[in-house]
Amino acid sequence: MLSKTYDPLKKKRLEILSPEGKVTKPNLMPKIELETIRKWYETMVFARVADQKALQYQRQGRMLTYAPSIGQEAASLGAVVATEERDWLVPAFRELAAWLHKGAPLEKLFLYWYGNEAGSLLPASVRMLPISVPIASQFTHAVGLGMAIRYEEKDEVVLAFCGDGGTSQGEFHEALNFAGVFQAPVIFVIQNNQFAISVSRRDQTRSETLAQKAVAYGIPGIQVDGNDLFAMVAATQEAVARARAGEGPTLIEAVTYRLGPHTTSDDPSIYRSDEEVEAWKEKDPILRLKRYLLSKKALSEEEDQQLYKDFEEEINVIFSQVESSESPDLEEVFSYTYDSLTPTLKKQLETAKQFLGGGE
Amino acid sequence: MALLNNIGALTQAFDQEMELDPRVVLYGEDAGFEGGVFRATKGLQEKYGKKRCFDTPLAEAGIVGSAIGMAIYGLKPVVEIQFSGFVLPAFNEIVAHAARYRNRTRGKYPLSMVIRMPYGGGIRALEHHSESIEALFAHIPGLKVVIPSTPYDTKGLMIAAIRDPDPVIFMEPKRIYRAFKQEVPEESYTVEIGKARIVQPGSDLTLVAWGAMVREAQKAIDLLADTEISVELIDLRTISPIDRDTLIQSVKKTGRFLVVHEAVSSFGPGAELISLITEEAFLSLEAPPTRLAGYDIPVPLPKGEHHFMITPKKIVSEIKRLIAY
Ligand SMILES: Cc1ncc(C[n+]2csc(CCOP(=O)(O)OP(=O)(O)O)c2C)c(N)n1
Ligand SMILES: [Mg+2]
Repeated sequence: MLSKTYDPLKKKRLEILSPEGKVTKPNLMPKIELETIRKWYETMVFARVADQKALQYQRQGRMLTYAPSIGQEAASLGAVVATEERDWLVPAFRELAAWLHKGAPLEKLFLYWYGNEAGSLLPASVRMLPISVPIASQFTHAVGLGMAIRYEEKDEVVLAFCGDGGTSQGEFHEALNFAGVFQAPVIFVIQNNQFAISVSRRDQTRSETLAQKAVAYGIPGIQVDGNDLFAMVAATQEAVARARAGEGPTLIEAVTYRLGPHTTSDDPSIYRSDEEVEAWKEKDPILRLKRYLLSKKALSEEEDQQLYKDFEEEINVIFSQVESSESPDLEEVFSYTYDSLTPTLKKQLETAKQFLGGGE
Repeated sequence: MALLNNIGALTQAFDQEMELDPRVVLYGEDAGFEGGVFRATKGLQEKYGKKRCFDTPLAEAGIVGSAIGMAIYGLKPVVEIQFSGFVLPAFNEIVAHAARYRNRTRGKYPLSMVIRMPYGGGIRALEHHSESIEALFAHIPGLKVVIPSTPYDTKGLMIAAIRDPDPVIFMEPKRIYRAFKQEVPEESYTVEIGKARIVQPGSDLTLVAWGAMVREAQKAIDLLADTEISVELIDLRTISPIDRDTLIQSVKKTGRFLVVHEAVSSFGPGAELISLITEEAFLSLEAPPTRLAGYDIPVPLPKGEHHFMITPKKIVSEIKRLIAY
């Protein structure tokens, strides 16, 4: 069992694909068709280009605050691909590649960051909760989903995300404890991207690893190289199998790095050096997978360049749709606070309409 | 005198109080090294060291709870909550403890501490970054709730809050953090907590606002320049305790009362103020005391936020309605 072999208390970290793109532990390599890996690679590249475009739009004043996932594509994607369509995805706010794989249309995701609630309304078939802004609060919801799944005796599992900063919140700990007590089928993934805005991982907690926090709650925990797609898949597959078998939750720490700013309002040069960033660029999850695919002849340099070009065009088109979308009208803004308008809301809507007509 | 915006005024207040009183400590998420996401504490770690100005783990209950412990010990913690929307994990600490410790210990452990947080809308932000939740705190006995609207008041009220013997919730209208500058005295001074400010005297209607709404109210009054209507504008400055006398006297003079706030209308601060006016100035009233407030909905994301915003035009419209009543 990976979570036994890779004991976080012994500072073990699961790695399968080296930064040079070589499989260093063939025995642990999950069995995946090359074609599938290529498809996942494309999702990662698509997410990367979407993030870069969003940052660009924001600089041009066409997008609001945006939190890019650049550098973390393997951490979120590697986890979600180990789950099925019937399983649930509980996001924080920095898992773009996973959301896309789960079936969230980029148009919707952009619409959300564009400042329109309609962006949180995903297709009915997509079992994904909306972005959760209050840090780590979503972990308890994941547990509730898991408890309901057990209650209904389904074989679904829940995949939930938070960041390294999230591990300091009370709700993080309450969720892990609940999940342990009720053996909820939840896979908790911490994307340890080394920062919570300006606060570094080592200033966040004295724990040597974040994975070891599982130990206190009596659940398996494992630290994984989060820039290694295969390691993420392997660790999550094992956790999913355990959860489906009724053996409860797992905590996965994905060690990764936020290559971009926290959000578009952040200046990372204040709190970290260029050298540090450059060193992590060498461990870029996309670069690594590309090297692997090149070596397997499943991708060529030309094809790769074409991918970026095609995606850029596709994303420009998607964003222009977002830009030409209707803003919510007055009625819509009032419509969702309750099932139906309260007497006070009816009165307020009436007043608001008068203001709209410039009434005095 | 120095020309400061609201952020500069905050930084100067912290700096002078830290200089003066070694018990003052300042902390929060990103508040140390980086000086906070709005840079209100910028330079203070450099000047006073990590011991007195530092980053914490990402945990609001921990931030406020530890501040309570420090205050019991006799330090003067000034803690930053990154946005008021994220104070909720600390609500238990604030309501169950900070507000009650003096009472519980029969005065043995009063808590002199400041919990500060940016709040309010109009900055085109994500969810949870735009609400105005002053009423949640004002409803709790034992807390003082302060909201400045100018750099002068920001500095003076913050210094007063740090020296106050009770816990002060200091809410900062982030929309006007850097909106304008004002001459602020170099030396230390306080603005009394619990005292409203008459921004402009008038005879026909009392208009009460605070935070970012004070500027909107002033713009509304400008729009009325070519009418005969004379508005008395009051910046409440402290939500709790309310400056009863200033409000009552004003309404006794003007006979009309309009309160404007971004916070949602129902069970909001306006309701409390209107109760006060109705109880204490009933016979002077020539029109129903009225609130112009946020609708009872979550503040919409930026693409719909304009529907929610209180604008000078809306204020003018309400003023005219009450004058014509
Ligand atoms: C309860 C709460 N407090 C503060 C914030 C403000 N905030 C937004 S993101 C962030 C840092 C999050 O760090 P981490 O959990 O590591 O996630 P990352 O941003 O690195 O993905 C903070 C403090 C928030 N959103 N929620
Ligand atoms: Mg992080």
